[in-house]
Amino acid sequence: MSAVLTREEAEPAQVVPSRHTGRWITATVVLVLVALLLYSMATNERFQWDVVGKYLFADPILMGVLNTLILTVLAMIIGITLGIVVAVGRLSDNFIVSKAAWFYAWFFRGTPLLVQLLFWFFLSALVPRIALGVPLGPELLSFDTNSLITPFMAAMLGLGLNEAAYMSEIVRSGISSVTPGQTEAAKSIGMTRLQTMRRVVLPQAMRIIIPPTGNETIGMLKQTSLVLVIGYSELLTSASLIYSRTYQTIPLLIVAALWYLFITAVLSVAQYFLERRYGRGFSPLSAIRVDKDKADKIDNDASGPAAAANRQASGITTSAPPANTESPS
Amino acid sequence: MKKPMLKASAVCKSFGAVEVLRAISLEVAAGEVACLIGPSGSGKSTFLRCINHLEKIDGGQMWVDGDRVGYRLVGNKLHELKEREIALRRASIGMVFQQFNLFPHRTALENVTEGPIIVKGVRRQQAVEEGRALLERVGLGNKMHNYPSQLSGGQQQRVAIARALAMKPELMLFDEPTSALDPELVGEVLDVMKDLAESGMTMVVVTHEMGFAREVADTVHFLSEGVLVESGAPSKVLSNPDHARTQSFLAKVL
Ligand SMILES: Nc1ncnc2c1ncn2[C@@H]1O[C@H](COP(=O)(O)OP(=O)(O)OP(=O)(O)O)[C@@H](O)[C@H]1O
Ligand SMILES: [Mg+2]
Repeated sequence: MSAVLTREEAEPAQVVPSRHTGRWITATVVLVLVALLLYSMATNERFQWDVVGKYLFADPILMGVLNTLILTVLAMIIGITLGIVVAVGRLSDNFIVSKAAWFYAWFFRGTPLLVQLLFWFFLSALVPRIALGVPLGPELLSFDTNSLITPFMAAMLGLGLNEAAYMSEIVRSGISSVTPGQTEAAKSIGMTRLQTMRRVVLPQAMRIIIPPTGNETIGMLKQTSLVLVIGYSELLTSASLIYSRTYQTIPLLIVAALWYLFITAVLSVAQYFLERRYGRGFSPLSAIRVDKDKADKIDNDASGPAAAANRQASGITTSAPPANTESPS
Repeated sequence: MKKPMLKASAVCKSFGAVEVLRAISLEVAAGEVACLIGPSGSGKSTFLRCINHLEKIDGGQMWVDGDRVGYRLVGNKLHELKEREIALRRASIGMVFQQFNLFPHRTALENVTEGPIIVKGVRRQQAVEEGRALLERVGLGNKMHNYPSQLSGGQQQRVAIARALAMKPELMLFDEPTSALDPELVGEVLDVMKDLAESGMTMVVVTHEMGFAREVADTVHFLSEGVLVESGAPSKVLSNPDHARTQSFLAKVL
């Protein structure tokens, strides 16, 4: 370059970043408000923080947490597994199967969960009665303890079967989001329908399925408290049992809320990792990161990440003639 | 006489009331490259899809390597094949799509090894070795661990060809493999296909690349409105066609 640099073109002495004054003001206001709220909560004696501390790790509460977790996990396992089956059924070419799947979702989404839970609970009492041929009567409940369908089973069935109906819609939308070209490509290399579903369609559908499923799981966590009506004890029931005795309602509700918040946080982290796992190949950035692990595992020629990085540079000019011309078979 | 790799005899196909293929009869010998040309909507893709039974034919018969497509003759009755048998047949017919249809959640190498591992039960290590060799062969040795979203269209299509080759097919079907590509990327895909043709692969190629057809094809078939209008050597069909419809089509595309 021979021309003399003008003032505009000369290397600037200093870069002054924009100050974002508005941003700082907003952040300060929010922080002050949060601080005020926390302060008023911490100093308000009616919150009875000492009671909260006393019960936070109390045995009945921990039992309640455990029961809530077990119920949430089992109900979601039933919900997701059956949900996939119902979704696949719904998309089936078989008219009867597809209509049956539609009916399932309609029925279980269309009736209140509370009613379903009570139904399963009563069924648990009805089944042994029918099997034993005992006439209808108030002594029905006496069979309950010995029957196979305990309150726990009723709770699990009620929550799981209900969840399956919602999950089936989520899974269906996920499956529908995968383009038909994917199924054709899978078929063209000789995959059966089941292989296509497992290896090609579902892994891609997961990207769409995971976020709402996270919602469902967090919803389920709190929905489990409904099983109170059939006498199964989980976190909120345990808390309410205590405060109905001690009248320390607010602190015990805070105890329950803290646990729900904690578990929700853990679930959100799990969701984050799942989303990253199934987002592979869809967002170039995350893909490059995963590439690196994989490339290191599979080989040492370090071509993966480097190649990914300079793809823009070489995208067009890689028409290297194929090295050999032997028959593929 | 050598047994044809593909034989179609009066193949018919309709979508509802629309007759898309009308009594198509043609043969493709082993090692031959056949190009299908014709205007949009003439049924080229449909014919190709019938070959690996992605579409069911409504009339006529079709054989790939002597096996009847989609059916088995028992006595004098045709029995439709079971899903598994159809899948098995498809495994030996490679297909390359206009839109590539690579699996976006798998790297280039995983796209190529998926079929051998899942469908054929090849050991992973062997599949990876063969997959690498195939990607090298299509000039993508340095892109094995890239996801399709990180590849250009031409590179994706070459991965798609490698994926089909990984199944060691006896017949390769190409449906306008370069139509979705930017003009400057067409060459790299055609080069791979030429190379494949030279290696002796039997290929049926739907294409609008007349240069490729002229140079590589052994036979060119011209389809129009579901009818096979004329077939012959490229020098004949592309330069000196007998039929008026072929002439007017070529006048438009050349
Ligand atoms: N699944 C389908 N349902 C109904 N009609 C279809 C279907 N697939 C194709 N057709 C019709 O069949 C005819 C032939 O389609 P085909 O895709 O085989 O044409 P083509 O020769 O490949 O055209 P192009 O060059 O545009 O790809 C078209 O009229 C199309 O609309
Ligand atoms: Mg087409």
